[in-house]
Amino acid sequence: MRLRSPILHTTLAFCAMHLAVAQSPSISVPKTVEAGSAFSVQSTGSGKATLYIIGPEQVLKRDVQLGETTYFPAGSLYNAGRYLAVLAGESATQNDSFDVVPASKPVNISFFAKPSRLPIGLHDGITGVVYLFDAYHNLIQTPTPVSFELSTPSGALQKRLVVTHEGAAWTSMDSTAQQGVDKFVARIGEVSSTRIIGQVPGDPCGLKMNAKPSGQKVQLVTDPVRDCSGNAIPDGTIVTFTEIYNGTQSTIDEPLKHGIAEATLQVHSGARLSVASGVVMGNQIGWSQ
Amino acid sequence: MNTLRLHLILCAGFATTFGSMRAQVAVQVEPVNLHGPRTLTDQAKGAVIRDYLRAWQGFNAAMDQNRPELLEADFVGTAKDKLGDTVQQQGKLGIHTRYQDRSHDIQFLFYSPDGLSLELTDTVHYDVQVLEHDKVITTKRESARYLVVLTPAEVRWRVRIFQSQPE
Repeated sequence: MRLRSPILHTTLAFCAMHLAVAQSPSISVPKTVEAGSAFSVQSTGSGKATLYIIGPEQVLKRDVQLGETTYFPAGSLYNAGRYLAVLAGESATQNDSFDVVPASKPVNISFFAKPSRLPIGLHDGITGVVYLFDAYHNLIQTPTPVSFELSTPSGALQKRLVVTHEGAAWTSMDSTAQQGVDKFVARIGEVSSTRIIGQVPGDPCGLKMNAKPSGQKVQLVTDPVRDCSGNAIPDGTIVTFTEIYNGTQSTIDEPLKHGIAEATLQVHSGARLSVASGVVMGNQIGWSQ
Repeated sequence: MNTLRLHLILCAGFATTFGSMRAQVAVQVEPVNLHGPRTLTDQAKGAVIRDYLRAWQGFNAAMDQNRPELLEADFVGTAKDKLGDTVQQQGKLGIHTRYQDRSHDIQFLFYSPDGLSLELTDTVHYDVQVLEHDKVITTKRESARYLVVLTPAEVRWRVRIFQSQPE
């Protein structure tokens, strides 16, 4: 027994080692996989095992036969990120890491344009920010040129070409001299996204009133109120008429109607009349009868 | 200035603040070099880092406990949807994962002109442990470069894009 025992032990140990080598699984995964593409995982060894693909963005599990290739069809793994492939056999576990990278073709644009409404004539008053995504909403990090276009109803066009940096691109545009609705478009190849920007008139410019007697009173009427680019100030904008006489001030507010404002005041001879809209002062008239 | 780096060591006291046990996490923030016109104040920077690290805690807990609702406070939009789907997949497969972040190296990239999005990268060193019905299948030490986009919500920044990429 003393002689036979070591031989038996050696034989058993050799068999166990041989069995372990035969069944020990190993795994081979691609270093990178494009999101949504088909890929395969190669294993060695013999017997059955479970293959896990684990990531924060997605999890897959397959029963596999060691020594065979496991195929994952297109669309199986579509979220970009770092994944751990784990092959759990009956006797041992192997793992390896790989990356799923975004598809290179942009399919979705997240386009943020601000503000949606602003006065005319503001330098860099409009900003646009774009994030690019593939079909699976993975952020595309590959530098990609983005065309930004701001067009007015009159046909004026501002255009910028910006290359994305880590998936993002931004630009700024001037609001133009003409009020109206502008189209702000971000375009990458055939993919585009449009935002509407409303340009409203600026402050009144060259505000002017005229005065004429109206019975015992005086009628004050403005010229059509416009901004410095000639855009009509919207009806409803308040115009303030003021009379200053002998240290006493009286005012009356009137909204613009059809582009003009008018008021009828009891005015003292020798009074000074003025007109204003917001912080914009108009002309003054000295009244005497 | 380029050599200046802000080193933060967030210890067990930090963990107590956020109500969970946490191993020591080293956080390094690279000098701000933004691609864009908007500057980032120190106060905003601190808030972003605080909320982003808190998001990692929510992520860790959701993946470990397979509870997607733990993502609600810190994630929004695509990030919340994708991570939530993963949590549900894990539940169906009977597995859960423990992600233990050990260190973060954060670089701010872009603060949008309208202030509505902020992009950063984070080189994260972490341990990942895969468990099936509480049996440990594997444990691996990993590192990844995360591309993160955050957006401001009512009282905090929330992670909208949370995507790792090859280093």
